[in-house]
Amino acid sequence: MANLDSTFLGISSPNPFWLASAPPTDKKINVLRAFEAGWGGVVWKTLGDQVKNVSSRYAAVDYGGQRMMGLNNIELISDRPLDINLREIREVMKEFPDRAMVISLMACTDRTSWHDLVKRVQDNGCHGLELNFGCPHGMTERGMGAAVGQDPEIAKMVVEWVMEVAEVPVLTKLTPNVHSVVPTAKGALEGGTNGFALINTIQSLMSVDLDTFIPYPNVGGHTTFGGYCGPAVKPIALKMLTSLGLDPATANTPISGIGGVTTWRDAVEFMLLGAGNVQVCTAVMKYGFRIINDLCSGMSHWMDEKGFVSTSEFVGLSIPKVTDWEDLDLNFHIVANINEDKCIHCGLCYIACEDASHQSISLAPGQPYNTYAIKEEECVGCNLCKLVCPVTDCITMVEQRKGEEYLNWTEFQRRGLPLNEH
Amino acid sequence: MPLQNHRLEPQEYERNFTDIHPPFELLDTAFIEANRCLYCYDAPCTKSCPTSIDVPQFIKQISTGNIKGSAETIFSANIMGGGCAKVCPVEKLCEGACVYNLMHEKPIPIAKLQRFSTERAIAAQWKLFERKPSNGKRVAVIGAGPAGLACAHALSLEGVNVTIFEKEAKGGGLMTYGVAAYKVTDEFCQEEVDWITSIGGIEIRYNTEIGKDMSFEDLQSEHDAVFIGIGVGVARHLGIPGEDLDGVVDAIKFIYDIRTKDYADVSVGDKVVVIGMGMTAIDAATQSKRLGAKEVVMVYRRDEGEKSCTDAELDIAKLDGCSFVWLANPKEVLGANGKATALVCDNVRLSDTPDASGKRAIIPTGETVTIEADMIIRAAGQTPFEEFIQHSALTNNSGKVNTNRQQATNLKGVFAGGDCVNGGKEVVDAVQHGKDAALGILEYLKPSHKE
Repeated sequence: MANLDSTFLGISSPNPFWLASAPPTDKKINVLRAFEAGWGGVVWKTLGDQVKNVSSRYAAVDYGGQRMMGLNNIELISDRPLDINLREIREVMKEFPDRAMVISLMACTDRTSWHDLVKRVQDNGCHGLELNFGCPHGMTERGMGAAVGQDPEIAKMVVEWVMEVAEVPVLTKLTPNVHSVVPTAKGALEGGTNGFALINTIQSLMSVDLDTFIPYPNVGGHTTFGGYCGPAVKPIALKMLTSLGLDPATANTPISGIGGVTTWRDAVEFMLLGAGNVQVCTAVMKYGFRIINDLCSGMSHWMDEKGFVSTSEFVGLSIPKVTDWEDLDLNFHIVANINEDKCIHCGLCYIACEDASHQSISLAPGQPYNTYAIKEEECVGCNLCKLVCPVTDCITMVEQRKGEEYLNWTEFQRRGLPLNEH
Repeated sequence: MPLQNHRLEPQEYERNFTDIHPPFELLDTAFIEANRCLYCYDAPCTKSCPTSIDVPQFIKQISTGNIKGSAETIFSANIMGGGCAKVCPVEKLCEGACVYNLMHEKPIPIAKLQRFSTERAIAAQWKLFERKPSNGKRVAVIGAGPAGLACAHALSLEGVNVTIFEKEAKGGGLMTYGVAAYKVTDEFCQEEVDWITSIGGIEIRYNTEIGKDMSFEDLQSEHDAVFIGIGVGVARHLGIPGEDLDGVVDAIKFIYDIRTKDYADVSVGDKVVVIGMGMTAIDAATQSKRLGAKEVVMVYRRDEGEKSCTDAELDIAKLDGCSFVWLANPKEVLGANGKATALVCDNVRLSDTPDASGKRAIIPTGETVTIEADMIIRAAGQTPFEEFIQHSALTNNSGKVNTNRQQATNLKGVFAGGDCVNGGKEVVDAVQHGKDAALGILEYLKPSHKE
């Protein structure tokens, strides 16, 4: 079995799975249980001026009979006294010295507040700091959290304050509630950050009670915008992660990947797209710390199959596979193929193609089973039929190149090649 | 040993005749199965339903919490969707066609989901249909069974005033009198009839038999059109010696007794032989056991592969402890002192290839088997109500009324459907006949209608 030892920003942990700054990491009792279960590290729930939280705090989106495709929260930073948090952090570090202990911080946007907080926390002991520039609810109204992350200048300034006193590695946690994460990331980099963590949660309004008309989460008849996370946000997180990997200014800065990581597959995808490690929250909030077993086992077996001996070997391998649309090859062409032996005649490919794509599937009526076949000359190779088919590998996409050589849109236009006739 | 009743304690009867297919109690459990449904296009399940219920649609509606819409989808296609959810041989119909079968995966429990929505609709008497204002047309329906009720509902919906003439004291026909009590309760059958007639414009005259209490000709002259949905009659006679001995009974009559009397008052033998392997035969066999018979043997002249009941039905009989003698063709009932004592059957084999009728021929092997029995139940098909049919001018095929595709008979303004036309199929087939006939009648009633 491949060894999962991980070093991120010089911080070592027995595996690349950290728990994200959130309720599972807000006190000793949780974190001890997490470490006993095998988690590689934690980012302790954000410390700062003590706050007061509301009830209720979460709401979820269910999909297709599965609970919690997406989760949102309106919980603020730690509402426990700073002293108690710091004491518990010391106790946990003593008990599990091999695990990563990173502390998330959020202070008022002034130099003294940040200096005081950073010094107090690092003097207490930790392996790194994570600056919470991402929390999109509550704290933003007080000029903190995402309010900092949404302004590259402010972000740069705060990071500079932190770096003036920081003696441990500093991660800047970015908010996705921007048109692009790159400007803030550059600001933080200019301010001296050692790495990034992304994404924080996405601003959201979850759903509405159809009887009371009160949106969720309901706090005494009202709601407020909250932060969205869970499996639903993963593709958005992957996009933002990749954006940093593609920009020369940010490409070489370590990133801790966050956003809907639920399985080892998700984790591998984050790492292939440039994350040095991953942080997990929602999956644990749903299933508990025990999911660490399969996260480690799955990744390790996958590494064995692929011949990787260290988790650092595959970080970023997929980034070169992402390019501008402009550079995609127009001569690459695939057409769908239905495996008759596997087809269960559900008709989902047919109706999707007929109503929403290019009318490229024929229907031969049968009682009770119709037979479906691809009209290859009509098929544009969009993947939709394959995506809706409930049987794995029943529909495959077969390459039928339009031409031998690579041909992008610029070249296509330059040669005056013909567009579609209908 | 003569046939005997009161074999069991009251609580044993209660347990033996309780609902065999418990429903989904919770929305959550129905959701789990509803969400497994793939929502097939031009769905095989719908195409395998004689009434073409839009199954993926009603299941989708359960999954979105639109239970009223789900019930509406079901009832729009099949007003007896509640009862059909309990008695349909779904293994041969919708569930048998579910594409999950092709993945060797458990099919969607369509009947159970259908029951979930329809039971709620019927229990709460949701008003899902609104009748058009009366158009003054009057149609008589003979028989308040599935065909007649479906026809009446479809006609009333369009503003026709319908009178149903029912010879029994309750509606529901076969559902109320002809299927095993553990499949549908009497209360449910009554609720279903009430639900169907709650649309208004439908009057049911019980205990009124056409041909006895009122002539068919009077009925015709007093109505703009007539629908005949009288079902089929007694179990087919075997035509073998000894058939008139005491202890040889008709499955239809036996089940009718179970459905109309207290269970304890229904007599059953110690050793029961049931002849036949259709749904009625299974219902007779299992209920004999549940009434306290010590041994029940089902006898069939073909092999298991050619039985007409479903595997699920056969499993019920097996679980009830019935035993089976395949490839045995009844030859003679033996008796003593006027009472049946045994059934003698020819052992047979089946020809390798089908004969002219399309079935494999039954060939005696020359050996016989004798099965001891004090009760022998005939359940090898039913015979039409020939008396009524033959006394009318209806053209028919051995008592089965001839109709066209709109269920019109040879008589002007007279339509027919259900078992009296098809010789005895499923409830769901009868419902479709009733619907088809209603369309035919509405067409017939149009002023523009031409002969």
